[in-house]
Amino acid sequence: MVKATERLGNYLTAYGEVLAQGEKREPVWLRQLREDAWSRFDAKGFPTTHDEDWRFTNIAALARMPFRRAPQGNAGLTAKDLERFRFAGAACQMVFVNGRFAPTLSELGNLPKGLEVCPLARALDCGAGGWAPEGCAPEGIEQHLGRYADVRRDVFAALNTALWEDGAYLRFRRGAIIEQPVHLLYVSAGAGSEIMTHPRNLVVAEEASQVAVVEDYVSIGDEAAFSNAVTELAAGQNAVVSHYLIERENFAATNVSTLRVEQARGTNIASHSILLGGGLVRNNVHPVLAGEGAECLINGLFVGAGRQHLDNYMMVEHAQPQGGSRQFYNGILTDSARGVFHGRIIVHKDAQKTDAKQTNRNLLLSDNARIDTKPQLEIHADDVKCTHGATIGQIEEEQLFYLRARGLDEKSARNLLLYAFAAECLDRMKEPAAREFAENLIRARLADLSRGAVAATAIEAAEENVQSWEEVG
Amino acid sequence: MALLEIEDLHASVDGHEILKGVNLTMNAGEVHSIMGPNGSGKSTLAQVLARRETYEVTRGKVLFDGKDLLEMKPEDAACQGVFMAFQYPVEIPGIGNAYFLRSAMNAVRKYHGQDELDAMDFLPLYKERLKLLEMDEKLMNRSVNEGFSGGEKKRNEILQLAMLEPKLAILDETDSGLDIDALRIVAQGVNAMRSPERGFLVITHYQRLLDYITTDFVHVLVDGKIARSGGPELALELEEKGYGWAETEAGISA
Ligand SMILES: Nc1ncnc2c1ncn2[C@@H]1O[C@H](COP(=O)(O)OP(=O)(O)O)[C@@H](O)[C@H]1O
Ligand SMILES: [Mg+2]
Repeated sequence: MVKATERLGNYLTAYGEVLAQGEKREPVWLRQLREDAWSRFDAKGFPTTHDEDWRFTNIAALARMPFRRAPQGNAGLTAKDLERFRFAGAACQMVFVNGRFAPTLSELGNLPKGLEVCPLARALDCGAGGWAPEGCAPEGIEQHLGRYADVRRDVFAALNTALWEDGAYLRFRRGAIIEQPVHLLYVSAGAGSEIMTHPRNLVVAEEASQVAVVEDYVSIGDEAAFSNAVTELAAGQNAVVSHYLIERENFAATNVSTLRVEQARGTNIASHSILLGGGLVRNNVHPVLAGEGAECLINGLFVGAGRQHLDNYMMVEHAQPQGGSRQFYNGILTDSARGVFHGRIIVHKDAQKTDAKQTNRNLLLSDNARIDTKPQLEIHADDVKCTHGATIGQIEEEQLFYLRARGLDEKSARNLLLYAFAAECLDRMKEPAAREFAENLIRARLADLSRGAVAATAIEAAEENVQSWEEVG
Repeated sequence: MALLEIEDLHASVDGHEILKGVNLTMNAGEVHSIMGPNGSGKSTLAQVLARRETYEVTRGKVLFDGKDLLEMKPEDAACQGVFMAFQYPVEIPGIGNAYFLRSAMNAVRKYHGQDELDAMDFLPLYKERLKLLEMDEKLMNRSVNEGFSGGEKKRNEILQLAMLEPKLAILDETDSGLDIDALRIVAQGVNAMRSPERGFLVITHYQRLLDYITTDFVHVLVDGKIARSGGPELALELEEKGYGWAETEAGISA
């Protein structure tokens, strides 16, 4: 059998470059992680639709694209270029341009007490970065980094682990209550060729801390970039953490992101995913309720138009008793957009008294839009409650008429109903600043949708790439 | 000029003819009641007037304020001043009552080239009308009709009527399912809205509502046609003798 990298030479090149960059600087354990991960990717290659976890998403075209590492630097961006991406009420903002920390574009003044922020490359001296805020104490990274993301099962996690160059290291100290969210902004900015980035984040929320993190992916320009991000979130006992993923890249972008949460006893975690942009998006959320009485909320909204393909792969693992998980995903799809909701719940044999719930609701606004929804329950304990349900529907004529009969024109009425459907997800977001931010983005996107004006050029750009998701392989 | 002139109106749903030649004329300031057995087409008439597209008009003509109502889309009719209180008000999860109502009022204002109301202009009026209908202020931020009792839904319809101040108000069995207190409150809301510029078409199954709302004319709709018209005494007669009588009178087999 041909090894995967013989066909994926561009990744091998990137791997060599990353190793060279960290030579003699990176700790040995990190080299080891990279090497293990690389051999995993090397052996397995990208998945095909024969792989059950990728049944509905064909990435053959992605695999063929000659993505390369981005050149160093800020791609000529200034603070002004990023203004429109900031939001009011964030505790701080770390900006990454093409996968590398951009200190001059970030805003890290006046960090609240109990919060430590550091670019991961700098913390581990991987050769990139070169800047650290005062008081950044990167001890304890080894204990977490690479311990949770599953490079055996998931080749994208393996690829990320082998190739990452930077990301955020956030540490929330014991008992810290940080009301304002930390904003992590990942910008892909056109460098004239296909750029790939593999952002790697580590969030350590120590015992009883209460915090929120917003991971936000944007593009400047219309180049086809590939972001493959992994975030490991380790939540100590009784920590309360909200994680937001916002995908609003251009329609030519490919974005694969993995959130892997390790939940200690009594933790309460919320994962909110808002997928509005991107041509091909795969959103993996994988919490492991590893301590007794842990709770998680997995909340998401995906809005697709044109030929967007938005794939959500949820995997909730209950490992200890008395855990609760609730999954709510709403999808809105129009034109020829395609959505996937794969909701996997695994209840291990010790996880008695687990209460797991999953709901996926979808609105299809056109005949060519499509959703594949698949629950997958694997229950190895006997005393558990596990429910799931999925609906697929259209905007209800009754509701539409009711609004029109009160004077709203058809477009506004449709828009309002779409918004109401989306708002179910907003209502589950507890942090006001993050919620408002999400709300504005969703409103703007839905307004585009009901105007039918998803920037035509962007859609065309997406079509060139996306066309082949279905045809190839 | 009459407020509403319906002439030989025929309408079908899914190919079934339900209205078979309705004629009715009403002037501003008047209250007309439409009574009739279940399935006779009362709601169909209301929905046609509110311009629901699932009801197909196959013949006839309707002038509202001198304008061709049948040419209008639902939102145009609403903005021109037609309001129908739904027999079965629709639940809309995710849209708050106050937000919905302000959007509706602003849609109407925009249609007439008026400035939009902001929350400051809107709230005092809204609260006053809530009080008129003895509704809890907490309903304001709840989703439209979601989790409302039957009576709350009907009151919410009248509340919308009171806010939107239409020229023509059509009440489709707003009294059905209401207990006597709720009925009194609804009637009180309607009476507060009576004015020489406004007409009411009150569809009801029972004479009871007319104890609270004085009506000028009563029409009996049977099998898609107005079988009889008269003054308020007709309602009493119907209550006593039942619809069978009106049907026989009109020469229609029951
Ligand atoms: N959407 C519909 N589809 C099919 N038949 C309908 C529909 N709406 C009403 N009908 C039929 O039309 C007739 C009149 O209904 P309706 O106007 O609701 O009567 P009323 O309000 O007087 O009780 C009934 O026989 C009913 O079954
Ligand atoms: Mg009826």
